[in-house]
Amino acid sequence: MDIFGVPIQALMGQVLIGLINGGFYAILSLGLALIFGLLNIINFAHGAVYTAGAFVAWLLLEHLGIGYWGALLFAPGIIALIGIFLEKTVVSQIYRQDHLYGLLLTYGMALIIEGGFRQVYGVSGIPYNLPAALSGGVNLGFMYLPIYRGWVVVVSILVCFSVWYVIERTKLGSTLRAATENPALTKSFGINVPRLITLIYGLGVGLAAFAGVLAAPIYQVNPLMGSNLIIVVFAVVVIGGMGSIMGAILSGFLLGIIEGLTKVFYPPASHLVIFIFMAAILLIRPAGLFGRKQ
Amino acid sequence: MNQANLSTPVANPRRGSLQRTLLTVALILLACLAPTVLYPTFLMKGLCFALFAMAFNLLIGYVGLLSFGHAAFFGAAAYIVGHALKVWGLPVELALVIATLSSAFLGTIVGWLAIRRQGIYFAMITLALSQVVYFVALQAPQTGGEDGLQAIPRGYLFGLFDLSDSMVLYYVVLAIFLACFFMMQRIVSSPFGEVLRAIRDNEPRAVSLGYQVDHYKLLAFTLSAGLSGLAGALKAIVFQIASLSDVHWHASGEVVLMTLLGGIGTAMGPVVGAFTYAALQNYLAPFGSWVFIIQGVVFVLCVLVFRDGIVGLLGRIRNRIGFN
Amino acid sequence: MNNISPTKTPVLKVENLEAWYGESHILHGMSFDVREGEVVTLLGRNGAGKTTTLRSIMGIVETRTGTIEINGKSALSVPAHKISPLGIAYCPEERGIYKSLTVRENLMLPPVIAPGGMSVDEIFDLFPNIAERLNSGGGNLSGGEQQMLAIARILRTGCRLLLLDEPTEGLAPVIVQAIGRVLKMLKARGYTILLVEQNFRFASTVADRHYVVEHGQVIDEIANSDIGRESARLHEYLGI
Repeated sequence: MDIFGVPIQALMGQVLIGLINGGFYAILSLGLALIFGLLNIINFAHGAVYTAGAFVAWLLLEHLGIGYWGALLFAPGIIALIGIFLEKTVVSQIYRQDHLYGLLLTYGMALIIEGGFRQVYGVSGIPYNLPAALSGGVNLGFMYLPIYRGWVVVVSILVCFSVWYVIERTKLGSTLRAATENPALTKSFGINVPRLITLIYGLGVGLAAFAGVLAAPIYQVNPLMGSNLIIVVFAVVVIGGMGSIMGAILSGFLLGIIEGLTKVFYPPASHLVIFIFMAAILLIRPAGLFGRKQ
Repeated sequence: MNQANLSTPVANPRRGSLQRTLLTVALILLACLAPTVLYPTFLMKGLCFALFAMAFNLLIGYVGLLSFGHAAFFGAAAYIVGHALKVWGLPVELALVIATLSSAFLGTIVGWLAIRRQGIYFAMITLALSQVVYFVALQAPQTGGEDGLQAIPRGYLFGLFDLSDSMVLYYVVLAIFLACFFMMQRIVSSPFGEVLRAIRDNEPRAVSLGYQVDHYKLLAFTLSAGLSGLAGALKAIVFQIASLSDVHWHASGEVVLMTLLGGIGTAMGPVVGAFTYAALQNYLAPFGSWVFIIQGVVFVLCVLVFRDGIVGLLGRIRNRIGFN
Repeated sequence: MNNISPTKTPVLKVENLEAWYGESHILHGMSFDVREGEVVTLLGRNGAGKTTTLRSIMGIVETRTGTIEINGKSALSVPAHKISPLGIAYCPEERGIYKSLTVRENLMLPPVIAPGGMSVDEIFDLFPNIAERLNSGGGNLSGGEQQMLAIARILRTGCRLLLLDEPTEGLAPVIVQAIGRVLKMLKARGYTILLVEQNFRFASTVADRHYVVEHGQVIDEIANSDIGRESARLHEYLGI
C-alpha cells in the first residue's frame, strides 16, 4: 500500500521517528517555557542538560550497575539537584540584569558541560543498551513497531500531559502561574517566590535530563547530542511562543511530525524544515502560533 | 541593554581628543611594526576577528540586539570568496566585494525576519536561521562538505600586490581593517548612530518620536552582516580555507564572547577582545576540548563579574588610580 | 501637628521612610502610625507618594531606608515574601487580579497567615458576585468584580492589618457604596485598615484619621471628627 508513492511502512516509520523527536522537542520546550516564565532566562544550557541526562544514565550503569529503570528516576533527580544548586549559586546572580545576560551565562554553562564530557569521553558515541523488557518489536500489520520507540512516544506524551495538569489544574500550578504573571504581588501575599523559582529550574532541567535518558538507547550517548537539538528547540519555542504550556507541547509534537514527513518526501530538507517553518510563521504570525502579541 | 554604555566621561574634552589622536597614531604605528615581533598570520587572525567583533558590536552595543547567528555571514562570505577565487578565478578585490555584498544581502533577509521579534526571541531566531546556512554549507555540492574549500589562492590585489607574501597580505588586511574601524566610528557618532542608541535605550520612545525603528534596525543588521562577511572573506584568504567551523554556531558564540570579553558598546572593546581571544585560542589549541571549557568559564565570569569587559575594567582601574 | 492618636498600640509604625524607584527618590521621610482597630487614610494629590508608601511597606519597592514596624517587628530588612506573615495584607491599586488564574484560584491563592480569617462561605455572603463567577478567568471580571475579589482574597488570610490602595477608583457609585459597607463591617469586626484614597468624601465616611501626604512626606494629620472645621485646609492641600 502506498501513499503518494511512498510505502506506508516507510511513511509510518518516519512518522514514528517524528513523534519521538517531537516528544523530545516538547519536553525540552516545555522546560524552557517554564524556566523562562519564572526566571526570565532562556536556558541555553538545556541541550547540555539533556546530554548530561544521557551521560548520567550511562555512568550509573557503568559504575553503580543501576540500569535503565533506575536511571529514568535517578538521572533526572541528580541533575535537578545540581540544577537547584546552580540556580541558587550562579543563575540567581543575574535576575536583575537584561535577559540577554541570562542567555550568555547559560551558554557559557553549556560550553562547560559539553566541553567537559568531550574532554573525558571524546566525541564518538557510547552505546546504551535497551532494557530487556522494552526490546523487540511488534508487527502492527501496517508497520513494524519497535517496542522501545512506542514506549518513548507514550512516556513523552504522559510526561507532557502530567506537567500540563500540574501547572493548569493544581494549587501548586496556580501559585506558579501567579508567580509567573506578577512575581512582586505574589511575594506580597507571603508566597516564597524565590523558592518557586529554584523549584522550577530544578523541574525544567530535570525534564531535560529525563528526555536525555529516554534518548540514550535510541541515539548513542554523545557529548554533542544536545547541542544541535537545542537550536531546533529554540525554533520550536519561537514558533509556539512561550506563553502557553499546551502551546509548547503541541508545537513540539507538530514539528517533530513535520520533520519526519519531510524525511519521507524530500530528505535533503529534513534538517531545514523546522527553520523554514519558523521563518514562515514569523511572516504570517510574528507572535508565534500560540503567542499573544508582545 | 542598559549596561552597554560604559564610556567614562572625559574630564577635559580638548585634552581628551588630543590624547585620543595621539593614542590612535601610536596604535597604528604599533600595528605597522607588529609583524616584526609577532607572526603575521596570528596578527591577521586577530584583525579578522576584530573586524568580525566590531561588526557584531554595532548590533549589540549600539542597537541592543543580540544576534546569535553571525557565523552565517562570516562563514558564507568565506565560502563565496573561496569559490570566486578558486573556481571562477576572479581577482581578489572583486571576490571580496562579491562576498561582502552577498553577506549583506543574506543579512537583509535574516534581519528582515528576525526584527519581527525582540529580546531573546531575536537571539533564538538569528541562531535558528544561521543553522539553515550551516546545513546548506554541509550539503551543497560547491562547499566541499566536511573538508571545506581548501587551498584557496590568494592572488594579486589590483594585479600588483602579491598576497601570497604574508607581509604584503598583512598590510592589506590592516588597511582594510583600519578603514572599517574609522568608518564604524563615523557611523556610530553620526545621526544614524544616535537613532540606533535611542532605540537601544528606549525603543517605545524612539517609535513615539516617529522613527521607523524597523528600518534602522534592518539597516544596522545589514551593515553588520556585510562587515562580518568581509571579515570572514579576509579570514578565508589569510588561511586559504573556508570550512564548516566558520559557519558553525560555535563561531557565533565566539564573536559574542570576544565582544563581551573586550567590552560591549565600546570602540576598542571588540578589538581588545578579539586579540585576547585569538591569543587564548592559539595557546589552548593543543589542549583539545579545554578550549570549550575555558570559553564557557570566560563567558560565565564575564557575565557574573565584569559585564563591561576588559576595556571597562581598564577604565575603572584608570579612574581608581586617578590617571586621566 | 496636634496629636490626636488614640492610645492603643500601633500595629503599623512608619518612621522617616525614604524610598527610591531606580534613580528617582520618591519618599522623603514619611512618618505615621496606625493603631489597632483604626481606619486611617493617606490623602494627597497624584504623585504625592501614597502608593509608593504602601508598596514600600510590602517590600515591592525594595530600595528604602528608615523604619517600618508591623506588629512590633521590623519589616525593612526581611525578604518581600516574609512581610505578609507579620500580619499584613495588601490590595493594590491596579487590583492585581491574575489573568492566568480562575476566580477561584485567585481567591484561594494567598496563603492563610493566621487563624481567624473569613471562611469562603462568609466571603460568598459578603460578595455574592464572586460565588457566581468562580470558574471564569480572572481577566473576564468587570472592574467592580475585580475590586471585590482583590479585597475578598486577602480577607481569607487572617491578616488583621489591611492596606487598601484606592479601592473605589473608577467604580460605579453603587459599587463604591458596597465597598463602603464592606469597610465599615471590617472596622466593626476590629480590622485595622490603612486606606489610600482620592475620593475624600468616601474616605470621610469610614476613616478615623487622615494623613495628608505631599512630596513624599506627611505634612498634616486631621482627625475625622475635625473634618468639618478643617475643610478649608484640606481643600487647599488636595486642590479640590
